[in-house]
Amino acid sequence: MAEETEALEAQFDATVAADRRIEPRDWMPEGYRRTLIRQIAQHAHSEIIGMQPEGNWILRAPSLRRKAILLAKVQDEAGHGMYLYAAAETLGVDREDLTERLIDSRQKYSSIFNYPALSYADIGVIGWLVDGAAICNQVPLCRCSYGPYARAMIRICKEESFHQRQGYELLLAMVNGTDAQREMVQESVNRWWWPSLMMFGPPDGDSPNTQQSMAWGIKRHTNDELRQRFVDMSVPQAAALGITLPDPDLRWNAERGAHDHGEPDWAEFKAVISGSGPAHAQRIAHRRRAHENGAWVREAAQAYADKQAARVAGKGAAA
Amino acid sequence: MSSEPTNKRTWPLYEVFVRGKRGLNHVHVGSLHAADDEMALHNARDVYTRRNEGVSIWVVRADLITASSPDEKDPFFAPSADKVYRHPTFYAIPDEVPHL
Repeated sequence: MAEETEALEAQFDATVAADRRIEPRDWMPEGYRRTLIRQIAQHAHSEIIGMQPEGNWILRAPSLRRKAILLAKVQDEAGHGMYLYAAAETLGVDREDLTERLIDSRQKYSSIFNYPALSYADIGVIGWLVDGAAICNQVPLCRCSYGPYARAMIRICKEESFHQRQGYELLLAMVNGTDAQREMVQESVNRWWWPSLMMFGPPDGDSPNTQQSMAWGIKRHTNDELRQRFVDMSVPQAAALGITLPDPDLRWNAERGAHDHGEPDWAEFKAVISGSGPAHAQRIAHRRRAHENGAWVREAAQAYADKQAARVAGKGAAA
Repeated sequence: MSSEPTNKRTWPLYEVFVRGKRGLNHVHVGSLHAADDEMALHNARDVYTRRNEGVSIWVVRADLITASSPDEKDPFFAPSADKVYRHPTFYAIPDEVPHL
Protein backbone atom coordinates (compact mmCIF):
# COMPACT_ATOMS: atom_id res chain seq x y z
CA MET A 1 0.00 0.00 0.00
CA ALA A 2 2.77 2.40 1.01
CA GLU A 3 4.63 1.38 -2.14
CA GLU A 4 1.58 2.19 -4.23
CA THR A 5 1.33 5.67 -2.67
CA GLU A 6 5.01 6.22 -3.31
CA ALA A 7 4.56 5.35 -6.97
CA LEU A 8 1.61 7.72 -7.25
CA GLU A 9 3.53 10.45 -5.49
CA ALA A 10 6.50 9.97 -7.82
CA GLN A 11 4.17 10.25 -10.80
CA PHE A 12 2.63 13.43 -9.37
CA ASP A 13 6.06 14.96 -8.70
CA ALA A 14 7.23 14.08 -12.21
CA THR A 15 4.14 15.70 -13.75
CA VAL A 16 4.68 18.91 -11.78
CA ALA A 17 8.43 18.91 -12.47
CA ALA A 18 7.80 18.56 -16.22
CA ASP A 19 5.47 21.59 -15.99
CA ARG A 20 2.50 19.49 -17.08
CA ARG A 21 -0.92 19.95 -15.48
CA ILE A 22 -2.59 17.97 -12.72
CA GLU A 23 -6.21 17.21 -13.61
CA PRO A 24 -9.15 16.59 -11.25
CA ARG A 25 -9.17 12.80 -11.22
CA ASP A 26 -5.39 12.41 -10.90
CA TRP A 27 -3.92 11.30 -7.60
CA MET A 28 -2.58 14.28 -5.62
CA PRO A 29 -1.10 14.71 -2.13
CA GLU A 30 -3.69 15.68 0.47
CA GLY A 31 -1.74 18.85 1.29
CA TYR A 32 -1.84 19.91 -2.37
CA ARG A 33 -5.60 19.38 -2.49
CA ARG A 34 -6.13 21.24 0.80
CA THR A 35 -3.94 24.16 -0.23
CA LEU A 36 -5.74 24.50 -3.55
CA ILE A 37 -9.20 24.30 -1.98
CA ARG A 38 -8.25 26.99 0.53
CA GLN A 39 -6.69 29.24 -2.10
CA ILE A 40 -9.34 28.84 -4.81
CA ALA A 41 -12.22 29.22 -2.32
CA GLN A 42 -10.62 32.31 -0.83
CA HIS A 43 -10.15 33.66 -4.33
CA ALA A 44 -13.78 32.92 -5.27
CA HIS A 45 -15.06 34.55 -2.07
CA SER A 46 -12.95 37.63 -2.88
CA GLU A 47 -14.63 37.98 -6.26
CA ILE A 48 -18.10 37.64 -4.72
CA ILE A 49 -17.43 40.01 -1.81
CA GLY A 50 -15.62 42.30 -4.25
CA MET A 51 -18.94 43.11 -5.90
CA GLN A 52 -20.06 45.05 -2.84
CA PRO A 53 -17.79 48.13 -2.65
CA GLU A 54 -18.45 48.87 -6.32
CA GLY A 55 -22.05 47.69 -6.52
CA ASN A 56 -22.80 50.36 -3.98
CA TRP A 57 -21.87 53.00 -6.58
CA ILE A 58 -23.90 51.74 -9.55
CA LEU A 59 -26.89 53.95 -8.75
CA ARG A 60 -24.64 56.94 -8.11
CA ALA A 61 -22.50 56.68 -11.25
CA PRO A 62 -22.51 60.11 -12.89
CA SER A 63 -23.60 59.09 -16.41
CA LEU A 64 -25.32 56.27 -18.25
CA ARG A 65 -21.97 55.35 -19.81
CA ARG A 66 -20.26 55.00 -16.42
CA LYS A 67 -23.27 53.15 -15.02
CA ALA A 68 -23.26 50.61 -17.85
CA ILE A 69 -19.51 50.07 -17.46
CA LEU A 70 -19.73 49.59 -13.70
CA LEU A 71 -22.66 47.23 -14.06
CA ALA A 72 -20.72 45.11 -16.56
CA LYS A 73 -17.69 45.08 -14.27
CA VAL A 74 -19.65 43.98 -11.21
CA GLN A 75 -21.32 41.28 -13.31
CA ASP A 76 -17.85 40.09 -14.33
CA GLU A 77 -16.85 39.80 -10.67
CA ALA A 78 -19.84 37.50 -10.12
CA GLY A 79 -18.77 35.50 -13.18
CA HIS A 80 -15.20 35.21 -11.88
CA GLY A 81 -16.55 33.91 -8.59
CA MET A 82 -18.53 31.30 -10.54
CA TYR A 83 -15.50 30.14 -12.59
CA LEU A 84 -13.53 29.76 -9.37
CA TYR A 85 -16.22 27.93 -7.41
CA ALA A 86 -16.49 25.57 -10.39
CA ALA A 87 -12.71 24.98 -10.25
CA ALA A 88 -12.87 24.39 -6.47
CA GLU A 89 -15.64 21.83 -6.92
CA THR A 90 -13.39 19.69 -9.13
CA LEU A 91 -11.36 19.07 -5.94
CA GLY A 92 -14.32 17.44 -4.25
CA VAL A 93 -15.84 20.29 -2.26
CA ASP A 94 -19.44 21.41 -2.46
CA ARG A 95 -20.28 24.93 -3.60
CA GLU A 96 -23.11 25.31 -1.11
CA ASP A 97 -20.70 24.36 1.66
CA LEU A 98 -18.17 26.97 0.51
CA THR A 99 -20.86 29.67 0.66
CA GLU A 100 -21.74 28.55 4.19
CA ARG A 101 -18.09 28.74 5.20
CA LEU A 102 -17.87 32.28 3.85
CA ILE A 103 -20.96 33.59 5.62
CA ASP A 104 -19.96 31.85 8.85
CA SER A 105 -16.55 33.58 8.55
CA ARG A 106 -14.78 30.22 8.53
CA GLN A 107 -13.03 31.07 5.25
CA LYS A 108 -11.36 34.33 4.36
CA TYR A 109 -11.40 36.67 1.40
CA SER A 110 -8.93 39.32 0.29
CA SER A 111 -8.23 41.95 2.94
CA ILE A 112 -8.71 44.70 0.35
CA PHE A 113 -12.52 44.38 0.39
CA ASN A 114 -12.69 45.27 4.05
CA TYR A 115 -11.92 48.87 3.11
CA PRO A 116 -14.95 50.99 2.17
CA ALA A 117 -15.37 52.81 -1.18
CA LEU A 118 -16.01 56.34 0.08
CA SER A 119 -16.00 58.49 -3.05
CA TYR A 120 -16.60 58.05 -6.75
CA ALA A 121 -12.86 58.43 -7.33
CA ASP A 122 -12.52 55.15 -5.42
CA ILE A 123 -14.22 53.39 -8.33
CA GLY A 124 -11.40 54.54 -10.63
CA VAL A 125 -8.69 53.76 -8.07
CA ILE A 126 -10.09 50.29 -7.37
CA GLY A 127 -9.94 49.56 -11.10
CA TRP A 128 -6.45 50.97 -11.48
CA LEU A 129 -4.70 49.80 -8.29
CA VAL A 130 -6.79 46.99 -6.84
CA ASP A 131 -7.50 45.28 -10.16
CA GLY A 132 -3.94 46.10 -11.25
CA ALA A 133 -2.56 44.31 -8.20
CA ALA A 134 -4.97 41.45 -8.80
CA ILE A 135 -3.68 41.13 -12.39
CA CYS A 136 -0.05 40.97 -11.14
CA ASN A 137 -1.08 38.16 -8.80
CA GLN A 138 -3.23 36.36 -11.32
CA VAL A 139 -1.21 36.32 -14.53
CA PRO A 140 1.30 33.78 -13.11
CA LEU A 141 -1.64 31.67 -11.88
CA CYS A 142 -2.56 31.05 -15.53
CA ARG A 143 0.40 28.62 -15.41
CA CYS A 144 -0.62 27.03 -12.12
CA SER A 145 -0.01 23.27 -11.98
CA TYR A 146 -3.70 22.53 -11.33
CA GLY A 147 -5.48 22.52 -14.71
CA PRO A 148 -8.97 23.76 -13.77
CA TYR A 149 -7.57 26.65 -11.70
CA ALA A 150 -5.16 27.67 -14.47
CA ARG A 151 -7.96 27.59 -17.06
CA ALA A 152 -10.26 29.69 -14.87
CA MET A 153 -7.44 32.20 -14.41
CA ILE A 154 -6.93 32.53 -18.16
CA ARG A 155 -10.58 33.54 -18.59
CA ILE A 156 -10.38 35.90 -15.62
CA CYS A 157 -7.19 37.63 -16.74
CA LYS A 158 -8.67 38.36 -20.16
CA GLU A 159 -11.57 40.14 -18.47
CA GLU A 160 -9.54 41.92 -15.77
CA SER A 161 -7.79 43.98 -18.39
CA PHE A 162 -11.06 45.80 -19.10
CA HIS A 163 -11.47 46.39 -15.37
CA GLN A 164 -8.12 48.05 -14.98
CA ARG A 165 -8.40 50.16 -18.11
CA GLN A 166 -11.88 51.47 -17.31
CA GLY A 167 -10.60 52.52 -13.88
CA TYR A 168 -7.58 54.30 -15.27
CA GLU A 169 -9.67 56.03 -17.93
CA LEU A 170 -12.10 57.21 -15.26
CA LEU A 171 -9.17 58.71 -13.31
CA LEU A 172 -7.81 60.38 -16.45
CA ALA A 173 -11.18 62.07 -16.90
CA MET A 174 -11.13 63.25 -13.28
CA VAL A 175 -7.55 64.56 -13.26
CA ASN A 176 -8.34 66.49 -16.41
CA GLY A 177 -11.34 68.02 -14.65
CA THR A 178 -11.47 70.53 -11.79
CA ASP A 179 -9.09 71.01 -8.85
CA ALA A 180 -11.70 69.44 -6.59
CA GLN A 181 -11.77 66.33 -8.81
CA ARG A 182 -7.96 66.09 -8.82
CA GLU A 183 -8.00 66.33 -5.03
CA MET A 184 -10.57 63.56 -4.87
CA VAL A 185 -8.31 61.30 -6.92
CA GLN A 186 -5.26 62.09 -4.77
CA GLU A 187 -7.20 61.53 -1.56
CA SER A 188 -8.47 58.20 -2.86
CA VAL A 189 -4.99 57.05 -3.94
CA ASN A 190 -3.69 57.98 -0.47
CA ARG A 191 -6.21 55.58 1.07
CA TRP A 192 -5.85 52.70 -1.41
CA TRP A 193 -2.10 52.57 -2.11
CA TRP A 194 -1.03 50.71 1.03
CA PRO A 195 -3.96 48.28 1.12
CA SER A 196 -3.16 47.51 -2.57
CA LEU A 197 0.44 46.62 -1.65
CA MET A 198 -0.93 44.34 1.09
CA MET A 199 -2.83 42.34 -1.55
CA PHE A 200 0.40 40.47 -2.32
CA GLY A 201 0.39 38.98 1.17
CA PRO A 202 2.97 39.12 3.96
CA PRO A 203 6.66 39.67 3.23
CA ASP A 204 8.55 36.55 2.07
CA GLY A 205 10.22 36.08 5.45
CA ASP A 206 6.78 35.81 7.04
CA SER A 207 5.01 33.69 4.43
CA PRO A 208 5.34 30.06 5.61
CA ASN A 209 3.31 28.52 2.75
CA THR A 210 5.18 30.14 -0.14
CA GLN A 211 8.01 27.60 -0.49
CA GLN A 212 5.68 24.61 -0.54
CA SER A 213 3.27 26.31 -2.95
CA MET A 214 6.15 27.12 -5.29
CA ALA A 215 7.44 23.54 -5.11
CA TRP A 216 3.95 22.37 -6.10
CA GLY A 217 3.77 24.79 -9.00
CA ILE A 218 0.75 26.57 -7.51
CA LYS A 219 2.71 29.78 -7.02
CA ARG A 220 5.31 30.96 -9.51
CA HIS A 221 6.72 34.05 -7.77
CA THR A 222 7.11 35.13 -4.15
CA ASN A 223 4.91 37.82 -2.59
CA ASP A 224 7.73 40.35 -2.55
CA GLU A 225 8.63 39.71 -6.20
CA LEU A 226 5.07 40.39 -7.28
CA ARG A 227 4.79 43.43 -5.02
CA GLN A 228 7.97 44.86 -6.57
CA ARG A 229 6.60 44.29 -10.07
CA PHE A 230 3.40 46.11 -9.13
CA VAL A 231 5.26 49.11 -7.65
CA ASP A 232 7.46 49.40 -10.74
CA MET A 233 4.41 49.28 -13.02
CA SER A 234 2.43 51.79 -10.97
CA VAL A 235 5.03 54.56 -10.73
CA PRO A 236 4.87 55.72 -14.37
CA GLN A 237 1.08 55.27 -14.37
CA ALA A 238 0.80 57.59 -11.35
CA ALA A 239 3.12 60.09 -13.03
CA ALA A 240 0.89 60.13 -16.14
CA LEU A 241 -2.05 61.00 -13.89
CA GLY A 242 -0.04 63.68 -12.08
CA ILE A 243 -0.73 61.85 -8.81
CA THR A 244 1.71 61.32 -5.93
CA LEU A 245 1.97 57.85 -4.40
CA PRO A 246 1.88 58.29 -0.59
CA ASP A 247 5.25 56.68 0.17
CA PRO A 248 8.12 58.97 1.24
CA ASP A 249 10.61 56.12 0.74
CA LEU A 250 9.61 55.50 -2.88
CA ARG A 251 12.55 56.15 -5.22
CA TRP A 252 14.29 54.62 -8.22
CA ASN A 253 17.25 52.44 -7.36
CA ALA A 254 19.46 52.37 -10.45
CA GLU A 255 21.64 49.62 -9.00
CA ARG A 256 18.71 47.23 -8.59
CA GLY A 257 16.91 48.53 -11.67
CA ALA A 258 13.77 48.76 -9.50
CA HIS A 259 12.03 51.10 -7.09
CA ASP A 260 12.80 51.05 -3.40
CA HIS A 261 9.61 51.43 -1.41
CA GLY A 262 8.34 51.53 2.16
CA GLU A 263 6.72 48.64 4.00
CA PRO A 264 2.95 48.49 4.46
CA ASP A 265 1.69 48.41 8.04
CA TRP A 266 1.72 44.64 8.54
CA ALA A 267 -0.02 44.87 11.92
CA GLU A 268 -2.94 46.51 10.14
CA PHE A 269 -2.85 43.78 7.47
CA LYS A 270 -3.07 41.03 10.08
CA ALA A 271 -5.92 42.79 11.87
CA VAL A 272 -7.88 43.39 8.65
CA ILE A 273 -7.46 39.89 7.24
CA SER A 274 -8.74 38.40 10.48
CA GLY A 275 -11.90 40.43 10.26
CA SER A 276 -11.37 43.72 12.07
CA GLY A 277 -11.41 45.85 8.91
CA PRO A 278 -13.86 48.72 8.87
CA ALA A 279 -16.28 46.96 6.56
CA HIS A 280 -15.88 43.25 7.40
CA ALA A 281 -19.05 42.77 9.47
CA GLN A 282 -21.06 44.72 6.91
CA ARG A 283 -19.69 42.68 3.96
CA ILE A 284 -20.48 39.35 5.60
CA ALA A 285 -23.91 40.46 6.80
CA HIS A 286 -24.76 41.65 3.29
CA ARG A 287 -23.63 38.37 1.72
CA ARG A 288 -25.60 36.38 4.28
CA ARG A 289 -28.72 38.47 3.67
CA ALA A 290 -28.45 38.01 -0.10
CA HIS A 291 -28.02 34.26 0.35
CA GLU A 292 -30.94 33.90 2.75
CA ASN A 293 -33.23 36.22 0.79
CA GLY A 294 -32.54 34.10 -2.28
CA ALA A 295 -33.57 30.85 -0.60
CA TRP A 296 -37.16 31.04 -1.86
CA VAL A 297 -35.93 31.51 -5.44
CA ARG A 298 -33.76 28.41 -5.19
CA GLU A 299 -36.65 26.44 -3.69
CA ALA A 300 -39.15 27.67 -6.29
CA ALA A 301 -36.83 26.77 -9.16
CA GLN A 302 -36.36 23.32 -7.66
CA ALA A 303 -40.13 22.86 -7.23
CA TYR A 304 -40.69 23.91 -10.86
CA ALA A 305 -37.99 21.51 -12.06
CA ASP A 306 -39.55 18.68 -10.03
CA LYS A 307 -43.01 19.42 -11.46
CA GLN A 308 -41.70 19.48 -15.04
CA ALA A 309 -39.82 16.23 -14.48
CA ALA A 310 -42.95 14.60 -13.02
CA ARG A 311 -44.99 15.77 -16.00
CA VAL A 312 -42.51 14.27 -18.45
CA ALA A 313 -42.41 11.02 -16.46
CA GLY A 314 -46.22 10.90 -16.41
CA LYS A 315 -46.40 11.30 -20.21
CA GLY A 316 -43.82 8.55 -20.64
CA ALA A 317 -45.91 6.18 -18.50
CA ALA A 318 -49.12 6.94 -20.43
CA ALA A 319 -47.58 6.37 -23.85
CA MET B 1 -28.29 31.12 11.99
CA SER B 2 -28.69 29.16 8.75
CA SER B 3 -32.36 28.29 8.75
CA GLU B 4 -32.40 26.22 5.55
CA PRO B 5 -35.25 23.70 5.38
CA THR B 6 -34.24 20.16 6.23
CA ASN B 7 -35.26 18.87 2.81
CA LYS B 8 -32.65 21.13 1.24
CA ARG B 9 -31.37 19.73 -2.02
CA THR B 10 -28.61 21.40 -3.95
CA TRP B 11 -29.11 21.94 -7.65
CA PRO B 12 -27.27 19.39 -9.79
CA LEU B 13 -23.93 20.13 -11.42
CA TYR B 14 -23.84 20.67 -15.18
CA GLU B 15 -20.81 20.65 -17.45
CA VAL B 16 -20.80 23.36 -20.12
CA PHE B 17 -19.49 23.08 -23.69
CA VAL B 18 -19.31 26.07 -26.03
CA ARG B 19 -18.86 26.27 -29.81
CA GLY B 20 -16.70 29.36 -30.23
CA LYS B 21 -17.70 29.92 -33.85
CA ARG B 22 -19.15 28.05 -36.77
CA GLY B 23 -16.77 25.37 -38.00
CA LEU B 24 -15.32 24.57 -34.58
CA ASN B 25 -16.16 21.78 -32.14
CA HIS B 26 -17.88 22.44 -28.85
CA VAL B 27 -15.21 22.71 -26.14
CA HIS B 28 -15.59 22.16 -22.43
CA VAL B 29 -15.39 25.52 -20.61
CA GLY B 30 -16.46 24.78 -17.03
CA SER B 31 -19.43 23.85 -14.93
CA LEU B 32 -22.34 25.37 -13.03
CA HIS B 33 -25.38 24.45 -10.96
CA ALA B 34 -28.97 24.76 -12.13
CA ALA B 35 -32.36 23.37 -11.16
CA ASP B 36 -33.07 22.04 -14.66
CA ASP B 37 -31.67 21.82 -18.18
CA GLU B 38 -33.21 25.04 -19.40
CA MET B 39 -31.91 27.05 -16.46
CA ALA B 40 -28.48 25.47 -16.98
CA LEU B 41 -28.50 26.77 -20.56
CA HIS B 42 -29.42 30.29 -19.46
CA ASN B 43 -26.87 30.31 -16.66
CA ALA B 44 -24.22 29.02 -19.07
CA ARG B 45 -24.95 31.90 -21.41
CA ASP B 46 -24.57 34.43 -18.58
CA VAL B 47 -21.49 32.87 -17.01
CA TYR B 48 -19.51 31.68 -20.04
CA THR B 49 -20.49 33.87 -23.00
CA ARG B 50 -20.58 37.48 -21.82
CA ARG B 51 -18.24 38.56 -24.63
CA ASN B 52 -19.40 36.71 -27.74
CA GLU B 53 -17.41 33.61 -26.83
CA GLY B 54 -19.96 31.30 -28.37
CA VAL B 55 -22.56 30.63 -31.04
CA SER B 56 -23.87 27.42 -29.48
CA ILE B 57 -23.90 25.89 -26.00
CA TRP B 58 -24.31 22.33 -24.77
CA VAL B 59 -25.02 21.58 -21.13
CA VAL B 60 -25.07 18.08 -19.70
CA ARG B 61 -25.56 16.88 -16.16
CA ALA B 62 -22.17 15.92 -14.77
CA ASP B 63 -23.52 12.66 -13.31
CA LEU B 64 -24.54 11.51 -16.81
CA ILE B 65 -20.99 11.65 -18.15
CA THR B 66 -19.06 8.40 -18.37
CA ALA B 67 -15.31 8.99 -18.26
CA SER B 68 -12.22 6.84 -18.54
CA SER B 69 -10.45 6.39 -15.23
CA PRO B 70 -7.03 7.94 -14.75
CA ASP B 71 -5.96 4.89 -12.73
CA GLU B 72 -6.13 2.59 -15.76
CA LYS B 73 -4.59 5.19 -18.05
CA ASP B 74 -1.79 3.02 -19.35
CA PRO B 75 -3.66 -0.21 -20.13
CA PHE B 76 -6.70 1.69 -21.43
CA PHE B 77 -4.78 3.63 -24.03
CA ALA B 78 -2.15 0.99 -24.70
CA PRO B 79 -3.83 -0.39 -27.86
CA SER B 80 -3.21 2.92 -29.65
CA ALA B 81 0.43 3.14 -28.61
CA ASP B 82 1.67 -0.16 -30.11
CA LYS B 83 0.26 0.24 -33.61
CA VAL B 84 2.83 2.44 -35.26
CA TYR B 85 1.65 1.25 -38.69
CA ARG B 86 -1.41 3.47 -38.21
CA HIS B 87 0.76 6.52 -38.80
CA PRO B 88 1.74 7.60 -42.33
CA THR B 89 5.36 8.04 -41.24
CA PHE B 90 5.61 4.26 -40.73
CA TYR B 91 5.87 3.73 -44.50
CA ALA B 92 9.13 4.42 -46.30
CA ILE B 93 8.47 5.84 -49.75
CA PRO B 94 11.25 7.06 -52.09
CA ASP B 95 11.59 10.86 -52.01
CA GLU B 96 11.18 11.22 -55.76
CA VAL B 97 7.64 9.82 -55.77
CA PRO B 98 5.37 12.90 -55.84
CA HIS B 99 2.14 13.68 -53.99
CA LEU B 100 2.37 10.83 -51.49
